[in-house]
Amino acid sequence: MKGRAGAAPTPYIPNTDADRAAMLARVGLASTEELFKELPTDQRDPLIDLPPSLGDLDLLEHLRTLARRNAAAQERPSFLGAGAYRRSVPAVTGSLAARSEFMTAYTPYQPEISQGTLQSAFEFQSVVCELAGLAVANTGLYDGASATAEACLLAARVTRRSAVALLEPIHAGTVDVVRTYAYGMGLRVDVIGSAAQLTDEHAAVVAQQPDFLGTIRDIEPIAEAAHAVGALCVTVVDPLTLGLLRAPGDAGADIVTGEGRDLAGPVAFGGPSLGLFAAREVYLRQMPGRIVGRTQEQRGARRGDGSEAPPRTGYVLTLQTREQFIRRERATSNFSTGQSLLALAFTITLQALGPQGLREQATLCYQKAHNAAARAAAIPGFAVVERGPWFQEFLLRGPLPAAAVRAALAERGIEAGLDVSDRSEPAAREALLMCVTETTTEREVDALVAALTAIGGATGTGRD
Amino acid sequence: MIERAIGEEDFGARLAFDRGAAGRRAAAVPQWQGRETPLPAAHLLRDSVRLPELSQGELVRYYTALSQRNFGVDTGSYPLGSCSMKYNPKVNDLVASLPGLANAHPAEPEAAQGTLRILLDLQRALGAITGLPHVSLAPAAGAQGELAGILMIRRALEQRGEIDKRRRVLVPDSAHGTNPATAAMAGFTVTQIPTAADGAMDRAALAAELDGSVAAMMVTLPNTLGLWETGIEEVARDLHRVGAFVYGDGANLNAIVGRVRYGDLGIDIAHLNLHKTFSTPHGGGGPGAGPVCASTALAPYLPAPVVAEGSTGTLALHRPGESIGQLQQFHGSVGVLVRAYAYIRTLGLAGLRAVSENADLNANYLRVLLEPHYDLPHPRQGLHEVVFSGSRQRKAGVRAYDIAKRLIDYGLHPPTVYFPLIVDEALMIEPTETESREDIERYAAALVAIAEEAERDPEALEAAPQRTPIGRLDETRAARRPVLRWPGPETKPCGSKGTVERQVQEAAGA
Amino acid sequence: MELPTDLRYTSEHEWIRLDGDEGTVGITDFAQEQLGDVVYVELPEAGTQLVQGDTFGSVESVKAVSDLFAPVSGEVLERNESLLDAPELVNTSPYVDGWLLKLRVEELTQVDALLDAASYRSETESA
Repeated sequence: MKGRAGAAPTPYIPNTDADRAAMLARVGLASTEELFKELPTDQRDPLIDLPPSLGDLDLLEHLRTLARRNAAAQERPSFLGAGAYRRSVPAVTGSLAARSEFMTAYTPYQPEISQGTLQSAFEFQSVVCELAGLAVANTGLYDGASATAEACLLAARVTRRSAVALLEPIHAGTVDVVRTYAYGMGLRVDVIGSAAQLTDEHAAVVAQQPDFLGTIRDIEPIAEAAHAVGALCVTVVDPLTLGLLRAPGDAGADIVTGEGRDLAGPVAFGGPSLGLFAAREVYLRQMPGRIVGRTQEQRGARRGDGSEAPPRTGYVLTLQTREQFIRRERATSNFSTGQSLLALAFTITLQALGPQGLREQATLCYQKAHNAAARAAAIPGFAVVERGPWFQEFLLRGPLPAAAVRAALAERGIEAGLDVSDRSEPAAREALLMCVTETTTEREVDALVAALTAIGGATGTGRD
Repeated sequence: MIERAIGEEDFGARLAFDRGAAGRRAAAVPQWQGRETPLPAAHLLRDSVRLPELSQGELVRYYTALSQRNFGVDTGSYPLGSCSMKYNPKVNDLVASLPGLANAHPAEPEAAQGTLRILLDLQRALGAITGLPHVSLAPAAGAQGELAGILMIRRALEQRGEIDKRRRVLVPDSAHGTNPATAAMAGFTVTQIPTAADGAMDRAALAAELDGSVAAMMVTLPNTLGLWETGIEEVARDLHRVGAFVYGDGANLNAIVGRVRYGDLGIDIAHLNLHKTFSTPHGGGGPGAGPVCASTALAPYLPAPVVAEGSTGTLALHRPGESIGQLQQFHGSVGVLVRAYAYIRTLGLAGLRAVSENADLNANYLRVLLEPHYDLPHPRQGLHEVVFSGSRQRKAGVRAYDIAKRLIDYGLHPPTVYFPLIVDEALMIEPTETESREDIERYAAALVAIAEEAERDPEALEAAPQRTPIGRLDETRAARRPVLRWPGPETKPCGSKGTVERQVQEAAGA
Repeated sequence: MELPTDLRYTSEHEWIRLDGDEGTVGITDFAQEQLGDVVYVELPEAGTQLVQGDTFGSVESVKAVSDLFAPVSGEVLERNESLLDAPELVNTSPYVDGWLLKLRVEELTQVDALLDAASYRSETESA
């Protein structure tokens, strides 16, 4: 013990009263209040209404109580997707990404002591390029929707056009976010039903893959239609599906965006998220966000005998003249702090799976979903809406309005798919968008089938 | 940190992609045992994706080795100016991982009442702390919070019928680059306001710009020099008098948390960086969270969603009447928000006041210890950070860059360098409240020793750092011949091959 | 600082060499020195019409971007394609291999009105 007088004010603040007294004397102040003497006296030290402080035990109890109020605490069978998918994430992902050298660092401004962050960001860019089938990727943006909005802004810059087209069915959140970003730049946002509606006013078409209602698109004709009018093709992907589906870049997409959160960790009520962003090489200088490049030491290390070793390979933030801290109001984006830790976790998941594992996990998801759909469709009174090839989400229509089916499932302890009956597509009418992923168990599907059978039976449609 | 050892392999030359062997795997995926459904048509499918093939142990060793080539707050002093690199309490990570919170699905908010309660109480706490009572937690980071705030101002001006004449946003020349970049993204032009000799904004220059063409001014409080913006209440009044809004950049809230509130000073809207003031881990560059806190006048324009309490006590996500819209597909960086909530609940008001008190005392103590050895361009009592200039050392041929690199050899993370732009050879140091008196003294002693080295043996500093896994890297080479991905055939510089129109034609195959 | 006397200069640190009505444009030794290692040069295509004083492109180092301003009005005849792969030529040979553009000069009097080497030198020294 150092025998200092007085206590440190919180477990996170080391200075004791004795420390503060010594420091104040050195600074030449009589009290800590004098630190704030330039702040306006009238407004200083207001009464702020905050709840009393809690120790760790009480804090944990308080938050455990709140967490239990979430239905997710009960581990109900869930068939809800619609943009957030409960994925199988290997244990190594959480374990490695939680290492505090990764977690408590910031943007790697000092590359000599940030190679962990930088080299893994380079791994991330490589993985994203491979998935997308495109040449360049950044280190990630906030989420899939804002990445898509940035793609629209990029397209508007390079084409000098002031409208973008979003192809239905597309997630309503994506449309909303693109509209928010478009508002500032004065871009028009057209929501279109077919690529045939593209004109030479459009800077880009945005197509979600699979589409919002679950169907797998053929990107190639969409890209051709876009290019025919001089627009870019932006494809918004769910990255796990790219374990099976054609790389959008190979099908003609110019930019690929997507949501990486679900392969990085838990859905966590939708955030923090991870925006994927890859593009053709010609758009490199117009990309938003941070980019990491490979280089080498300026000079090799000096050996014991005075000679110089060959320079070694390292990684740095590069092409930074695009960014706000250099180009200010002429930057490609205002982007600064992003989602590095999720990008790291995403990379570890993909690299843990490897080429075989990714394909197997995508296939498992596909097979489980199709099996569940077949079983649901066989229940009297229920039908799966036919919309062509699909991956993990299908539209289920029952004998009751979608909202009633959803409520009846909730009563039976099952989280149903999203009620999409408010959408404009005829296929969505009175339908639930049901999702089955690789994490859905056979027991959960059994429970769903039993519940749907009971619901069908109760409405009288279940009698043969 | 692992010290650089002679004969060490060229670790960076071998990515995960270059390690392992074909056929190895780090994760086992169960085979589907049920009825096989045929896959979609071949033209919709791909062959294999090229990914590494490593055993689980190999993968763990590779990423563990990478982590050891990193420096975090848990490694040592990390006084990166303007970033508030404080200690990140572990209990906050624990609560964020509670299954009920971590597994709540965003498309079913009615089933996540516990999460919504946390978010509502966090909104209220941040509203109380800033004196700007209407809060949206939607922005994912500070820059997105800025965008939200300036778009809200744009929408308010549009509703007033003034957007066509108010085209300018005023930004001090000491501001972060995100401020002018944000104003441009929201469709405004930027007018820069110079800094006066005392480090506050030049009030005469500001007065000359004030007219009906101003939409808003963005101010950072305290400013990026770590100084109080003296007379900010009058500045706010002057801006309001010409019908403009005042935007507060809350990056430096740590200096004044619990001591003064943005709303009381006349600021209309501010964003906060929860990963700075409220201790959530910086993650190597995110995730963060950048809530916006607004006055009643601007509340209708807040980004969606905000959490609201219904008459029955049920909580719901709400879209304000004239909202600028969503910023993300879902509801913001909830995992980060839960951590910040836990931090505020742990500290309470007294704890938050202790934060600003100790953060400011640490910075001023460091200022006094270093003042004899480094030029202080704005010699005033400061708040949470202090900006020195390496101009004295520059005369001996030593750059701020060299000083930063030499600090690494002392086991310390360098400060922010070359920012703010208005200070030559800037060294911007923000210790935060979680550094001890001894930590500050150790940091100062290292900088004093480096100042002496700069006089005695300036060339030696150019060789720093010596005790790192890798030496200084060639950034020019990285930018001239970009290699941006495995497998690394050089990505050729591009974009200059033609005008933008031609790029599109090329992309279109024309 | 190298400063050939047969060239004309601008306060924005560009030079122009006249051959008939064809002008070759680049940045000065002083400018490349200030900028540091050039990593990227952005230039307009042949056929672009430039007006004196307009920005026509930019030169970038790792941490800075400098706009390029047309020293005189005219049509771009050619740009230095070798800078795409070797931007360092701007550093190593600012007046010869590191040239940026060739222009068809519209008004030769605009060239005459630019700074000569001595005036440019005194401008940079007083700055």
